[in-house]
Amino acid sequence: MSIRIENVSKNFSAFAALNQVSLEIRDGEFAALLGPSGSGKTTLLRIIAGLEVPESGEVWFGRKNVTEAAAASRGIGFVFQHYALFGHMTVAENIGFGLTVMPRASRPSKKDILLRTNELLDLVQLPGIGGRYPSELSGGQRQRVALARALARRPRILLLDEPFGALDAKVRRELRGALRTIHDELGLTSIFVTHDHEEAFTLADRVAILNHGQVEQFEKPKRIMQDPASDFVRSFLA
Amino acid sequence: MRRASHLREPAAIKALLTLVALAYVALMLLLPLGAVLSQAFADGWRGWLAAVTEPDARSAIRLTLLVAGISVPLNMIFGIAASWAISKYDFRGKSILITLIELPFSVSPVVSGLVFVLLFGAQGWFGGWLQQHDIEIIFALPGLVLATVFVTFPFVARQLIPLMTAQGRGDEEAALTLGASGWQTFWHVTLPNIRFGLLYGVLLCNARAMGEFGAVSVVSGHIRGETNTMPLHVEVLYNEYNFIAAFAVASLLALLAVVTLALKSALEWRYRAAIAARS
Repeated sequence: MSIRIENVSKNFSAFAALNQVSLEIRDGEFAALLGPSGSGKTTLLRIIAGLEVPESGEVWFGRKNVTEAAAASRGIGFVFQHYALFGHMTVAENIGFGLTVMPRASRPSKKDILLRTNELLDLVQLPGIGGRYPSELSGGQRQRVALARALARRPRILLLDEPFGALDAKVRRELRGALRTIHDELGLTSIFVTHDHEEAFTLADRVAILNHGQVEQFEKPKRIMQDPASDFVRSFLA
Repeated sequence: MRRASHLREPAAIKALLTLVALAYVALMLLLPLGAVLSQAFADGWRGWLAAVTEPDARSAIRLTLLVAGISVPLNMIFGIAASWAISKYDFRGKSILITLIELPFSVSPVVSGLVFVLLFGAQGWFGGWLQQHDIEIIFALPGLVLATVFVTFPFVARQLIPLMTAQGRGDEEAALTLGASGWQTFWHVTLPNIRFGLLYGVLLCNARAMGEFGAVSVVSGHIRGETNTMPLHVEVLYNEYNFIAAFAVASLLALLAVVTLALKSALEWRYRAAIAARS
């Protein structure tokens, strides 16, 4: 599903986090939001998710204006930097959470939820750990579980906020590969936030470079390398 | 052996400090508790039983349970709501609200009681109106509940605010993006995350609600068998030189303290395990 952001602005007290940002992500695309801290990239992702409300501008998913829609009704999957797994629930309960909170009429049966949970554990290559608690898992495993949980309700859009930020280099590489494969297999439209340009350039189809709440350039990695749009982009990539 | 001697001196000091602390605890805590129990049972088991089952004592126990039974749930709901607002949202006047929540701890309980007499007593601001409409607040159950709520309302909130602030909004946001409603998020995510802290706060709130003397004393009017809670009943008996009965009822309050302490320790132990599991 395509995502269109039109003239979105957001202020935190006096500080402008986003200033008239417009961006269009195509259906099936894997996009990265790249920029230094304070550039507004996480704020933009949270606005797309419905966790923040913009002061002005619109967010469109396909042909639907979702600017006013609550996060719960946007049909997105969101992966947090620090996993945000529910510590008192098992891995299986975490993954099934999105399904168990559905209204009774549309909620799958317990058996179907279990089947779906196991399917997702296979997808993220952690079969058989459904009975464990998040505290018993490594960081990389926790982030895989968080990814599986975000995918439980079959969202068309996957949003990831610095998903590898808290992991070491080796786990990071493994997880990057797994994420790209899942994105392609499920035909998702994905956006991930990062401050690591190498990560953005190896993983994303197109990269949006943000600075001071504005998009400096949104292109394929190759194009950005060949033809940086501004001095900021040039210096940021150096 | 020089090293050993330089290690021994702090050890001696350590032993001395431990001894002083233990002696102090024995003198200030165990001795009075023992005195209460020995006085309570001075006439034997039957004397104790008679004192705690006579009609006025039974009425005092019932009233204390009733007042705590109303005040504690009220403060639990208020405490959760206030902590939720303070820890999950940013709004003007937040620091003022935090300070105000702590206010009952710094106000003398007697003053807390007097405030309600000034408001709802016969000569108070709303006294005339209440009399016209035949509503009794002071020298009746509503006054006791009001005074108790006022004195005990920081307990739950104070326990939860730092806990919920430390936990942040991450789990709630995750639940929202997974399609949970506000109520589902509270019930399945927030409440389990704070359950030990909440229980701990409720326990302390309850202990204080049942043991409160000063504020309740002002609004009660000391009507035997009607508006006397357990601590007030103890005072009445004591002033009548009925020591055995006074200490018998006091022993029930002491028992409450011991049970609270035991539950509190058990919770702290569980709570620590839960915190360790989260990281």
